[in-house]
Amino acid sequence: MKKIINKTEDIVPEMISGLVKTNPDLVKEIEGTTAVVRNDEKFAEQKQVGVVSGGGSGHEPLHAGYVGDGMLSAAVAGEVFTSPTPDQIYEAIKAVDQGQGVLLIVKNYSGDVMNFDMAKEMAEADDIEIKTIVVDDDISVENSEFTQGKRGVAGTVLVEKIVGAAARSGMNLTDLAKLGQNVIDQTKTIGIALHAATVPAVGHPGFELAKDEIEYGIGIHNERGYAVEKIKPSNQLANELIEKIMNEFTDKSGSFAVLVNGMGGTLLMEQYIFANDVLNELNDKKIDVKFSKVGNQVTSLDMQGVSLTIMKADDSWIKMLKEPVTTIGW
Amino acid sequence: MELNLADTKKWMNLFVEEVEKNKSNLNELDTAIGDGDHGTNMDRGMQAITAALEKKEPSDLAELYKTVAFAMIQKIGGASGPLYGTAFLDMSKKAKETADLTELIQVGTDGLKRRGQSDVGMKTMIDVWQPVATALKDNKFNQQAVDEALESTKDMVATKGRASYLEEKSRGHLDPGSQSSAYLFGALIKVIGV
Repeated sequence: MKKIINKTEDIVPEMISGLVKTNPDLVKEIEGTTAVVRNDEKFAEQKQVGVVSGGGSGHEPLHAGYVGDGMLSAAVAGEVFTSPTPDQIYEAIKAVDQGQGVLLIVKNYSGDVMNFDMAKEMAEADDIEIKTIVVDDDISVENSEFTQGKRGVAGTVLVEKIVGAAARSGMNLTDLAKLGQNVIDQTKTIGIALHAATVPAVGHPGFELAKDEIEYGIGIHNERGYAVEKIKPSNQLANELIEKIMNEFTDKSGSFAVLVNGMGGTLLMEQYIFANDVLNELNDKKIDVKFSKVGNQVTSLDMQGVSLTIMKADDSWIKMLKEPVTTIGW
Repeated sequence: MELNLADTKKWMNLFVEEVEKNKSNLNELDTAIGDGDHGTNMDRGMQAITAALEKKEPSDLAELYKTVAFAMIQKIGGASGPLYGTAFLDMSKKAKETADLTELIQVGTDGLKRRGQSDVGMKTMIDVWQPVATALKDNKFNQQAVDEALESTKDMVATKGRASYLEEKSRGHLDPGSQSSAYLFGALIKVIGV
């Protein structure tokens, strides 16, 4: 394993420190934590509901890259692939509460859910009004009582974009949580891996794939998916993933948004080829795509692969997706 | 069985040693059915426990358990932080009434069930904690009881936590949280000598 790091235990604090030093007009560190909060001039003036998200590190630029005017108010970075601790989330909540309450955007992983839950209890003891929405867009996992439920993956960034835009426009906490839940319900993602990621503390890839194999349905923490198959040309992959996702929507009319997300180790060149195939195929299917985005948004360290997110979005959501923001990563 | 402050502290120190010694084993177990960092995370918590206990000598059992709980909550992260943290925090509250180990472990186990919204048979650390609590009640607590509880997780299919996404594929692997819990109770056995 070759990595440009110092000590593995210093990876997250040093990353945050570098991020803050290179973007001082956008974010600042919350003292004593690995969380960042908005540092732009508008932040103090806008009395809006605070929007806090966070999770393990390694999904860059999620979440710190999406802190800024129009998206998140603060983001809490946990260790690599490990949810942040409740005390840190609690500090982030306090840093963004402007008396309008705080919305927590949590990805559906047991660690994230439990730590945010404990932080919520701590903040409520301070009389801060808190609501939580849990993103579970990954359709590769059965949502049954026999699993933790569907995971929160790349669709999270679209949820953060829409909720962030609505919060900026002055929406109250109750409506914001409702909107967020509606958005989550219409967001579906599935991912494939060509090569597993290497967690720095472990030093070798999380699982092995032969040179011509890909894994379907991977999560963003190196979890294996539901099937290993031979790799296919991009257009066939696009067809297969679209087929799976569109089956999840009963109503295929109206507007849709598309996110092609790189998992960290796949070139933009390949992502654009795949996006080209996705948009052609959706066009053939008469699916009206009004917003699309390509790039590394919710990576899984250096995993090679992509995920495809499709959202059935009403026109107000499309408008919110298109609104400009001031962040490092969007 | 009652465990006094000095022995409980010895127990915690031994637990720290065991986890630090077996950090890579926990990572390997977690690589099979999770994301490979259970050892790293637990180790971070163990260092925090040592630092906290060196900084301030706890005056009673409740304070000791609370110190351990806070160190784990603040440093472990993931699911293990709030789970272990909740167990020890609930034990700390109970320790204000009793030093009875059987009662304390059962309270800790109930805390795990509440925080994780889970129960026995889901391939989680509860599958070690509950059998240990039961063995204590039945006066059958020993290393064999711990080993058997840990081993039982091997053939389970996970229905909670990260490993649940693997469904059938989670079978055949020991649960990493159960393994770290087995270190905890193995350390206890060394202290009480059963």
